[in-house]
Amino acid sequence: MIDGTGRGWVPLIRAMLASHLMTMTLIPRDAISERLAATGYVADRELSTALWLMESLGRPLLLEGEAGVGKTEVAKALASMRGTNLIRLQCYEGLDRNAALYEWNYQRQLLAIKAREGDDAASVEDLIFSEKFLLERPLLASIRQDRAPVLLIDEVDRADEEFEAFLLELLSDFQVSIPELGTIAAKSIPFVILTSNGTRELSDALRRRCLYHYVEFPDVDREARILMARLPGIDASLALQIAAMVGAIRKEALRKTPGVAETLDWAAALVGIGLKDLRSDPEAVHDTLMCLIKTAEDKSRMTPEVTNRLLGKVA
Amino acid sequence: MGAVLRLQNDHDAGELVRSRLAGFVRNLRDNGFLVGLSETRDALKIVAGPDASRVSLLRPAFRALFCARPSDWERFDDIFNAYWLGHGMKSVVHVSGEPPKASTSLRKSGDGAPSLGKPGTPDRTERGEGKEHDNPADGRGRREGASTTDSLEKTDFRHIADPEQVEEAHRLAERLSREMRARLTRRERARRSGPRLDLRRTIHRSIATGGTPMELVHRHRIDKPLRLVVLLDASGSMSLYSSVFVRFMHGVVDHFREAEAFLFHTRLVHVSDALREKDAARAVDRMSLMAQGVGGGTKIGESLNTFNKWHAKRVIDSRTAVMIVSDGYDTGEPEALATEMRALRRRCRRIIWLNPMIGWDGYSPEARGMQAAMPYIDLFAPAHNLASLQALEPYLARI
Repeated sequence: MIDGTGRGWVPLIRAMLASHLMTMTLIPRDAISERLAATGYVADRELSTALWLMESLGRPLLLEGEAGVGKTEVAKALASMRGTNLIRLQCYEGLDRNAALYEWNYQRQLLAIKAREGDDAASVEDLIFSEKFLLERPLLASIRQDRAPVLLIDEVDRADEEFEAFLLELLSDFQVSIPELGTIAAKSIPFVILTSNGTRELSDALRRRCLYHYVEFPDVDREARILMARLPGIDASLALQIAAMVGAIRKEALRKTPGVAETLDWAAALVGIGLKDLRSDPEAVHDTLMCLIKTAEDKSRMTPEVTNRLLGKVA
Repeated sequence: MGAVLRLQNDHDAGELVRSRLAGFVRNLRDNGFLVGLSETRDALKIVAGPDASRVSLLRPAFRALFCARPSDWERFDDIFNAYWLGHGMKSVVHVSGEPPKASTSLRKSGDGAPSLGKPGTPDRTERGEGKEHDNPADGRGRREGASTTDSLEKTDFRHIADPEQVEEAHRLAERLSREMRARLTRRERARRSGPRLDLRRTIHRSIATGGTPMELVHRHRIDKPLRLVVLLDASGSMSLYSSVFVRFMHGVVDHFREAEAFLFHTRLVHVSDALREKDAARAVDRMSLMAQGVGGGTKIGESLNTFNKWHAKRVIDSRTAVMIVSDGYDTGEPEALATEMRALRRRCRRIIWLNPMIGWDGYSPEARGMQAAMPYIDLFAPAHNLASLQALEPYLARI
């Protein structure tokens, strides 16, 4: 009714709708940690800020930290928080563009050529280099989704340097050029999370392009909250005890430091045998330690005496 | 506090933060952070948001944006506090103890990059001519190699005394191990590239598709990377040599995909973990702590026994070369050593025994232990200087 003809409504509604949609996707920062917690991931303020900045600045997030601290989990939690797909690219030595980006379906192409023998060569060529014959690999798939997915590029330090350079190019343009098809621009820009274990130093350019978060083993309080989020049946006091115990074990110089996933396994085992208090049955605690201790060397180090000593400290 | 911000106050804070942001960015750069124009631009975006007014919100946002590596992550709080909150600083902010610019990042990123050496040291080193007569492979197929022959390479480790030269020798030893790894990888690649078509199988499969070879079958060579296990004698008679070898081992463990290292004197110590420490100096420190054993002689036989009994199964397979670095002066029974050497020989692919004393004039392996071990050794080579270590590479590549 702005100018009496009603024409003014259409843009207004469109604008309202657009702003509504905006707020739908742009999750306010304070809500992020709550929503993450709802998916079972307990994030600290630093991480939720980083996740929020990913969207507001449109940058990828690089996660570093020891094995087992839950880097991959961050991507899973982000995807489930946003209700979107998680597309994962696991890097390894020798990973190349074909395995990461796209590949032609050669078998089908050959069949098609055979089936159209005698046809005009140009038309056959057009046909076999069309989308129908294109095999999407994770990177291409991630930019062709209607709804922005979470793209997890796992252990990027394992890939070769050439691949890293290619990745950098993709992460800044979000378009892919396929010689036979032309350039494919992103339908939606994925949320990109990269993880690295530090087996190789990443290039400065890639580091600079990314937001950065160093994931550490959760402190006792946070680990207890993780336990309670993931194992709804667990007692709060038991969760605290378990978290404190794992924290103490991590301080022992073990060959393989137990990660968060191992803590969850152990807690599930303890809940499974109906333990309410770690102190009540040190033997059962020691027997179930195999959920945490994964090498023979560490096992010989974690004698019942060590277990008791640690139990005495934490419980 | 003077110029320092009181951020909590009011919404003018955004303006204040913006005006001082450039200084903060410069400060981070001085501290070796990788901050470019686009980071500054994004920081301005953050400041324009509601975050600027609260330190507790600004800090994690800036931290995620400006940090790029673990060392940044650790130092960020100090720099942030010093600049924005004026903690522990008067006016100009340089975080104390941090040398300005890049030197830390250089050290961190140095492993694997040849930039580690001083400009004056050669990037590649070439073996001396006359020293390699006792080495079966003379490396004629070497594809590259500049020829700056540093005299240090040929100097017996015993005669390197000047601390700078010692450091230089350590560095060379480490780089050498890295080069060996790089060459070995390159050899593997060259061999593997271009998988050959297995025509017979391809044609056979094509029968199903009416003679069109739909599915190409390739021949692959199954290559397992070489594993290396190093056993280093850390006893008194070897003390002049072991520090250089420790650096060499550090390089090997760091750069071979699968390598294990042990020290022995009167007993055997597994030191791979200590050697995986990225910082070479710290690794060596950790090792020397572990190496402090009860004094008094070398029990090679007993140490090998421990190795065979407890470690061999895990660390040795058919592609493993075992490298023993020792002068062969054994205080135990030679028979025991012979037994253990025989057991070890059955397990692994090659036994290489490096003996620093071969390099000495007029040496012949007369030590009883050495005599007992000789029949089981595939390669008995000198290791008294860097050139002799380098001479090993072609041999390892052929294993």
